[in-house]
Amino acid sequence: MAAITMNNIIKKYGDGFPAVNDVSLDIADGEFMILVGPSGCGKSTLLRMIVGLEDITSGEMLIGGERVNEKAPRDRNLAMVFQNYALYPHLTVYENIAFPLRLQKTSDTEVKERVNQAAELLELTEHLERKPANLSGGQRQRVAMGRAIVRNAQAFLFDEPLSNLDAKLRGQMRTEISRLQKRLGITTVYVTHDQVEAMTLGDRVAVLRKGLLQQVASPRELYENPVNLFVAGFIGSPPMNFIPATVGEDALHTPFGDVTLPESRSVDLAGKDVVLLGARPESFEDAAVVSDTVRDHGLTFDANIDVIEWLGNEQYAYVPYDAPEDIRNQLAELERELDSEAMRTQLVVSLDATSRIEEASVSALWLDLRKVHVFDPSTGENLTARTATQSTSAPA
Amino acid sequence: MDDQRSTRQKVLWWVAGAAVVVYALFPVAWIFSLSLKSSADLGNQQFLPTSVVWENYEMILAGDAQSLFLSGLRNSIGVSLIATFIAVVLSTFCAYAIARLDFPGKRVILTTALAVAIFPVISIVTPLFNLWRNIGLYDTWPGLIIPYLSLTLPISIWTLSAFFRQIPWELEQAAQVDGATTWQAFRKVIVPLATPGVFTTAIISFFIAWNDFVYGISLTSTESARPVPAALAFFTGASQFEEPAGAIAAAAVIVTIPVVVLVLLFQRQIVSGLTQGAVKG
Ligand SMILES: Nc1ncnc2c1ncn2[C@@H]1O[C@H](COP(=O)(O)OP(=O)(O)OP(=O)(O)O)[C@@H](O)[C@H]1O
Ligand SMILES: [Mg+2]
Repeated sequence: MAAITMNNIIKKYGDGFPAVNDVSLDIADGEFMILVGPSGCGKSTLLRMIVGLEDITSGEMLIGGERVNEKAPRDRNLAMVFQNYALYPHLTVYENIAFPLRLQKTSDTEVKERVNQAAELLELTEHLERKPANLSGGQRQRVAMGRAIVRNAQAFLFDEPLSNLDAKLRGQMRTEISRLQKRLGITTVYVTHDQVEAMTLGDRVAVLRKGLLQQVASPRELYENPVNLFVAGFIGSPPMNFIPATVGEDALHTPFGDVTLPESRSVDLAGKDVVLLGARPESFEDAAVVSDTVRDHGLTFDANIDVIEWLGNEQYAYVPYDAPEDIRNQLAELERELDSEAMRTQLVVSLDATSRIEEASVSALWLDLRKVHVFDPSTGENLTARTATQSTSAPA
Repeated sequence: MDDQRSTRQKVLWWVAGAAVVVYALFPVAWIFSLSLKSSADLGNQQFLPTSVVWENYEMILAGDAQSLFLSGLRNSIGVSLIATFIAVVLSTFCAYAIARLDFPGKRVILTTALAVAIFPVISIVTPLFNLWRNIGLYDTWPGLIIPYLSLTLPISIWTLSAFFRQIPWELEQAAQVDGATTWQAFRKVIVPLATPGVFTTAIISFFIAWNDFVYGISLTSTESARPVPAALAFFTGASQFEEPAGAIAAAAVIVTIPVVVLVLLFQRQIVSGLTQGAVKG
């Protein structure tokens, strides 16, 4: 077991394209670190540099306090589960799991003991004599896990291990991985695309964008206190709403009325003409169900409700609105980058399940201004982000 | 309804299969029966010999045609094995490079191989004949091995590079992460996966060399290099009015044996789909 430290890691491929750009990241011993980001942002590249399959162009990689830049993969003693499992098709499940031990020239009795132990943990015992070709996707995934846990590796590295499984199996394996990691207490780096995996599995989440590290923080911190537009839009489903606002004398003018930010959210807007207000769907509510005591903390406005999606425990309302051309372009740009599907000149609003707001009506909605973020559209920076809790520090 | 259809399907498959087997094996059976006929029996226009005799086999293995046939056999085995070995080694390297590396001229190699393969043998055999006589390769083993390589190399390169392309090379990296050296990763993971392809290629090459007639008859003149297919043409009957058909049939049967043995021996290695299950979906 060991901590993994990256200092200003840069990776340039042959064509000079920086796939990973100046990433510094401290992963504590025993920590579960998640890497997320849109496709092509350099997650796999980073993982492959940790494990030693990709050369590091510049910067320093330390594992357990020791520089490993020049070390071959086999000398780093890390276990990796590949995106596509990479099982050895000519070997049985037993020999697949035993493979790393055989390379270490472990005695037969110990191999047997450790493989059986791993197999039991992963419920593979009755499949040990079968070949990978005859296993289901989930079983193959567990064999790959078995191969990783059977030896005493310093850390686990996972590259989207669940991406090809169906939803049910994915949920099952997710809990299994979480349980396993907690039980073994081994440092883990886990690459994923999946919001749920990112939010539920990790101690901390690192968000990458085009090779640049955006924010490293606990899932809660990322959700409540994103440092910029990108992180705010990437984390959360449905994603955060971005509302353009022009800066006026004593209020912000939005398509939904004038807004005066409360004390806790007030920021210095000097010299800015336009800002983006970010509000999560659940920061909105049907004005009719908001109690009088909190009503004053928010903005009540009339909205054209386009569509309602009722999900039983909650419902989503879609509220289209007009935005200035340049802001619309910027939002569209952001969306392309986030691979998100929604056309975002509409609000997605989460309503209480008891709300009686109807489709195609004009109804009063309420926005909790205490939970609104203010973004600078030119830099994307979150002006309301609390800098007091330094989000990049590792947990003690 | 489903059951009915599947039985009907089964019957159809059996009938079709039997037809193919009969079509393919009837000439072989005929040759075999021919080889067991006495010379008087040869023209009897019956499938079965009136009495089974071994004189044809005696003749080629111990009698008049012995030296002709046995030396031919020796030449055939030697030349085919060497040509196969060289072709497999060279094409393994070549196909490995084609499958693994990106280098300029990759396509050129493959197209050249194809071009060589479709070049008619008969059109180069005369120039080769002259050339070989001038440089002293005529009627020698190397004089046959080199043209055989021109037959076996292209097809070997094609089959092997197609095969190598299917190998999940990521496994090599997986093995390295698991603690293997580059060499161990190659030997313990890649070699077992590549072996079936190499065996298949070797068998195909061997058959091609083994079955050649044109080069064998044109580029040899004595027993020092003449392979079996060419040697058969030199069999003579007991008198000049008698066809040596019985002896030729017996020789043909014997020549078939190594082929059958090879296939039986290596059919376990030629398991297709061995790379299944390495990666998902
Ligand atoms: N071998 C390579 N040569 C050149 N560029 C590469 C190579 N491998 C990856 N890249 C580039 O590096 C960038 C990062 O790739 P990487 O595979 O790390 O993305 P990723 O974040 O894992 O994406 P995904 O989520 O789709 O797996 C991409 O823009 C890609 O085009
Ligand atoms: Mg990837």
